[in-house]
Amino acid sequence: MIARRSGGLFRLSALFFGFAFLYLPIALLVLYSFNGSRLVTVWGGFSIRWYGALIDNEKYRDAALTSLEIAVMAATIALVLGTCAGFAMNRFRRFRGRLVFGFMLMAPLVVPEVILGLSLLLLFVAAQSWIGWPASRGIVTVTIAHATFAACFVAVLVRAQLTVFDRVLEEAALDLGARPLAVFWRVTLPGISPALVSGWLLAFTLSLDDLVVASFVSGPSATTLPMAVYSSVRIGVTPEVNALATVFLGVVFVMVALAGWLMTRQERRRLATASLTA
Amino acid sequence: MTGMGAGLRRFLIGLPFVWLGVFFLLPLAIVAAISFAESADAIPPFKLDWTLANYRALCTGCLSVYTSSLALAALATVLCLLTGYPVAFAIARAPGVWRQLLLFLVMLPFWTSFLIRVYAWIAILQPSGLINRVLLASGLIEQPLPLLYNAFSVTLGLVYSYLPFMILPLYGSLSRLDESLIEAAADLGAPPRRVFLDVILPLSLPGVAAGCLLVFIPAIGEFVIPDLLGGPGTLMVGKMLWQEFFDNVDWPAAAAIAMALIVLLTLPLLVAQRFLEREVRRDRAP
Repeated sequence: MIARRSGGLFRLSALFFGFAFLYLPIALLVLYSFNGSRLVTVWGGFSIRWYGALIDNEKYRDAALTSLEIAVMAATIALVLGTCAGFAMNRFRRFRGRLVFGFMLMAPLVVPEVILGLSLLLLFVAAQSWIGWPASRGIVTVTIAHATFAACFVAVLVRAQLTVFDRVLEEAALDLGARPLAVFWRVTLPGISPALVSGWLLAFTLSLDDLVVASFVSGPSATTLPMAVYSSVRIGVTPEVNALATVFLGVVFVMVALAGWLMTRQERRRLATASLTA
Repeated sequence: MTGMGAGLRRFLIGLPFVWLGVFFLLPLAIVAAISFAESADAIPPFKLDWTLANYRALCTGCLSVYTSSLALAALATVLCLLTGYPVAFAIARAPGVWRQLLLFLVMLPFWTSFLIRVYAWIAILQPSGLINRVLLASGLIEQPLPLLYNAFSVTLGLVYSYLPFMILPLYGSLSRLDESLIEAAADLGAPPRRVFLDVILPLSLPGVAAGCLLVFIPAIGEFVIPDLLGGPGTLMVGKMLWQEFFDNVDWPAAAAIAMALIVLLTLPLLVAQRFLEREVRRDRAP
């Protein structure tokens, strides 16, 4: 009994210190975004002046709009590509090139970003001299780059959801005379919708968060938010970045909470249907 | 799937296949080709050639960067394992409702800006930062400790950023662990230490391996962390590549660095792929 209690204490302190480590820097960042002083480490009273400065800062505003535009397009392309790929890997046991396909889907998850960025840039430069496209680098090239690696993450989620998806529904629809495309569109896709929602959100945040790949493949016409933040952070710690980080955190919290709510609702519905049919 | 239309099947495989072939595989081939090119004063800044000069320069000048990257990544992996294991274990043992919330909290930082999370440590570690101010005020030290821009801050940044990638696979293994095995071992008189070493640890090894790979592989090529938290003594491969490309505008040298890094990562990548495939298959089995 004593051993068990000390084990409980050990686990509680593991959780406490683990989460303190994960969240302390973030908490400090939020705290200092409300700091009145320009010195980031000296507390100068509560103030929201850095949020005002942030709104007035055109560099960040333009960059944020560019980033959002890229993230929405990249996430949508990644969702289409990743859903197809996850489906192909889950459903088609053998086809020519499956090994290469699997490798191409797995490698971008772990290949360092500097390599992804460099290789795509070299491709765009080569393509420009071969076929004259892309004429200049900017939003389009960053979108393509982000869609490429985000698609691999979407594929993982879709594939995982398909492994637990009940195939009986598809078979029933097929038996009742639905065409394969209709089954795919009306039965399978709605069935894996939680993975599609979280996949899109994941691709969106990956794109919004990326500094390295965008720095390589973007041109002077498009500066993304991380690129703008990076250029100010390199010079030193600035309170505006703290405010920006807090806004960013707030948006992410809301989005993740929304996704979590959607998924629990879906799960509850699934359980309810399962208990009805059982 | 036999019932699936052939056209649909061709589309589902073909679209991502062609896309990834064009935007992932082909670019890697171009990197390989340009790593043998010669740096030139032109636009784009290289002349296609078949020279080994870039690799020769890499061998003579930069080998130490690769070894220090490996060492830092390995150290960060071990530290992630040591801090992540107790946390994952505690989450796996937590009551059901708590478990979901705790897992969610582990994943949440991953959804927030990586750049900003790394940046947050600057304010904590710098000479006028939080830690030094607390220590100075308490009289424990007289001079600020040099916490930033060295191997310590880079390792800390790596551990902090990659810890969730260690905790999640560890949790996956530990939550699948059969409770009755632990009880049986304890009932048969094994002290907690033996229960851990002989039962829990061996059964969680798949999670340990997956977590280590997920931390180690990306950590080697990391750019943001050595750039923001590192100093002149902690150059890592990712940062070296960036410098060659952006600061020295030597594209062939950057390509050669990338190729060497890919070769270095091939072995862990192959292990990772076999491993992930097996995990997916095992999930499907029951």
